[in-house]
Amino acid sequence: MELMNTELIDWSRAQFALTALYHFLFVPLTLGLSFIVAIMETIYVKTGDQRWKTITRFWMTLFAINFAIGVATGLIMEFEFGTNWANYSWFVGDIFGAPLAVEGILAFFMESTFFAVMFFGWNKVSKGFHLVSTWLVAVGSNLSAFWILVANGWMQYPVGMEFNPDTVRNEMANFWDVALSPVAVAKFLHTIGSGYVIGALFVIGISAWMILKGRDVLEAKRSMVVGASFGLLVSIFLAVSGDESAHQVAQQQPVKLAAMEGLYKGEERAGIIAVGILNPDKKIGDDLPPLYGDVEIPYALSLLGYHDIDAFVPGLDDLVLGNEKYGIEGAASKIEKGKIAVQALQSYKEAKKIDDKIAMAEARKLLDEYMPYFGYGYLEKPTDIVPPIALTFYSFHIMVGLGTWFILLFLIVLYLTMASDITRFKKILWLSVWSIPLGYIAAEAGWVVAEVGRQPWAIQDLMPVGIAATHIDAGNVKVSFWLFAVLFTVLLIAEIKIMLRQIAIGIKGGH
Amino acid sequence: MFETLSLHALQVYWWIIIALLGGLFVFIMFIQGGQTLLNQLSASDQEKSMLVNSLGRKWELGFTTLVLFGGALFAAFPKFYATSFGGAYWLWLGILFSFIIQAVSYEYRKKESNFLGAKTYETFLFINGSVGTILLGIAISTFFSGAAFTLDDNNFVHWSVGTRGLEALMEPLNYLLAIAMYFLVRIIAGMYFLNNIDHEPIRTRTRAMIKRNIVYFLPFFLGFVGWVLMKDVYTYHPDTLKVTQVSMHHLYTFIELPYLAGMFLIGVVMVLVAVFNSVFREKNCCIFTVGIGTVLTVMALLLNVGLNHTIYYPSTTDMQSSLSIANSAGSHYTLTAMSYASLMVPFVLAYIAFVWHAMDKVKITEEEITSADEHQY
Repeated sequence: MELMNTELIDWSRAQFALTALYHFLFVPLTLGLSFIVAIMETIYVKTGDQRWKTITRFWMTLFAINFAIGVATGLIMEFEFGTNWANYSWFVGDIFGAPLAVEGILAFFMESTFFAVMFFGWNKVSKGFHLVSTWLVAVGSNLSAFWILVANGWMQYPVGMEFNPDTVRNEMANFWDVALSPVAVAKFLHTIGSGYVIGALFVIGISAWMILKGRDVLEAKRSMVVGASFGLLVSIFLAVSGDESAHQVAQQQPVKLAAMEGLYKGEERAGIIAVGILNPDKKIGDDLPPLYGDVEIPYALSLLGYHDIDAFVPGLDDLVLGNEKYGIEGAASKIEKGKIAVQALQSYKEAKKIDDKIAMAEARKLLDEYMPYFGYGYLEKPTDIVPPIALTFYSFHIMVGLGTWFILLFLIVLYLTMASDITRFKKILWLSVWSIPLGYIAAEAGWVVAEVGRQPWAIQDLMPVGIAATHIDAGNVKVSFWLFAVLFTVLLIAEIKIMLRQIAIGIKGGH
Repeated sequence: MFETLSLHALQVYWWIIIALLGGLFVFIMFIQGGQTLLNQLSASDQEKSMLVNSLGRKWELGFTTLVLFGGALFAAFPKFYATSFGGAYWLWLGILFSFIIQAVSYEYRKKESNFLGAKTYETFLFINGSVGTILLGIAISTFFSGAAFTLDDNNFVHWSVGTRGLEALMEPLNYLLAIAMYFLVRIIAGMYFLNNIDHEPIRTRTRAMIKRNIVYFLPFFLGFVGWVLMKDVYTYHPDTLKVTQVSMHHLYTFIELPYLAGMFLIGVVMVLVAVFNSVFREKNCCIFTVGIGTVLTVMALLLNVGLNHTIYYPSTTDMQSSLSIANSAGSHYTLTAMSYASLMVPFVLAYIAFVWHAMDKVKITEEEITSADEHQY
């Protein structure tokens, strides 16, 4: 294994980021809106009120427009591990492939089979069967999210496997450790939460626009009640699951947490930075202030990360340079151990070639001992373990700030629709409209924190991105990057134009 | 239950599942076949919409099968996933691009303000049906013709040619299967339309189309079968995994494993019977006969290439790097865990069949396509 050239790695990462960010423009709405339309259809079936059927079908039409492009952009995600991360796919495919296959068996077929009933079955199957189908689409899409996030969670926190030097790959040792790892579960809950919030923002935002334009006001108000009630519940759920997610990051990826908070010198009773600007001149180990104009919420980081007000939260200085007082090992020492592991693997292979059993056993022993540091063996200097701090820090703060705003917005909108007449509060209605894009920004920022924040790792501590990519001339990836960029952008424009047109046609106009 | 099986038995079990998925995928590719027939089988925009809507209610099943095929290969045969997808980069990306443009086309084609216009989306469907099918046929054909890869001592793939998969397009023999597949999926699409669309003019044109396409299909298919049965094939030693070349090994496999040969022949006969019934006896019921026939034929071919110590993905540059089910599969633990997950497959097939039946009881008619109360593509 050798490090590949930076150009190839950068383009491979850029392509993955591009396709994943595009895909995640559509996934959250599928996750959230599927439940909202299921709730709306349930009200229709319970009450028999045709207006609810009209409302359900309007939102279903928007759901379908979004779903199609979600499926289109999702296809590449399934295969891109192979096309662009072939070494990765071999090194951990024995573990990583399983959740993807289970996702296909359990979730995708459910989603796609019942999707056809949901859209074409109104006059073909009974009301009850149709309603069940709508719920199964929601369950299927959420199940799919679970399995893909199990796969992603495993990259952040690899568990349940053993390294096999004969095949040079990691092999699964415990399926349940992989599927139910606390990181995977926290990730799943937080990610579907973000989908639900976007679904709710979408519904209240579009309903608000219709009220502002005086179109289908009654239907829009009804939609708003469903959207805001669902939104308030799920935005609180999102905050709680975010807390658990951050707790897991503190346990398993302390470097990411330090980057998220711009924390250089670790401290006990550490606070959370509510707002602040990073000092661009700040380097690891120097005495410059890390932030300007920061406002801190005292003790909150220790509480969030360790559920203990007195806990010590390590900063980047501690994690890179080490901190004896708190027993934190520096990156230099980990790199040394990593190099021992890499060398041991090499010795094992050489001994195997000449069938020297004793040398094989010795190398194996050494490899087992130092395997947890294997990936460090490919890093050049201790600061290589630090992800891009500014991108991680600002993305995290944008996400948290917006998440807080959404709770407030849902609270206000729900109050005004239930206790007053929301049609009189034009500013709130406009704020609802403009909060739709904010939902997407927050969700994408969340993924930037998760994925940029874990650099340089493809698999935490085991495999840096520099050895994970496919051996291919970077020119190929450049071309495919631009092909994806152009194609997905064209499809996105088409999707938005169609969506806006359908919204303009209105709730009653379509049916 | 699966824990007690040997690693070899698990590898065989998973290859059978891959072969089944491959068979189902080729069958469901009637959607692609149908997409190449939209203009040919319709005389008006309304008739075209009937064809599009008929396919549109099934396209996601095909898409999902493709995704599952990828996932199952990744989980059960990760070395193939890493080697072929990473190596034959442009071949696979070409296939994926053709499916990406398919996925939006049904929903967006008839929508107002769709940016690209209905014609563009119909062209996307045609590209997916024609180029996508041919590229997939070529990709599958590399199971027989091989690919230019070497695996290093980490089992990481190195491709010997800069064309990264496009070189498979330069191998004329790969087109035998690719073109046969192209005509086959059009034939199956015809039978699906006969069954699903209650509209006589379309049915008349469809029968004529099937008649022509079976004539085009047969020489390519027979050419492919002849080539495969006569060719030199790589095999591996079950203990040492050392790869050697054996002539006409695929033919011997059919002789040594007669149930495979039987499966293959029954499959082919079922396809031919379905064509005969559709064209000459003017029946509309043959989608299932041709479907089962296709699944059996494709399964028999894939089982032939994977079982009996055969190399299923030969390397043309380094014989010993070639992939077999023995050297490319997941670990015993993973295959066992995945085998439990595979127990869901019959259940999934059952609900697909149930929904298919429930939805297709009512055939597509002109009234439905012109009704304002229906979701239309």
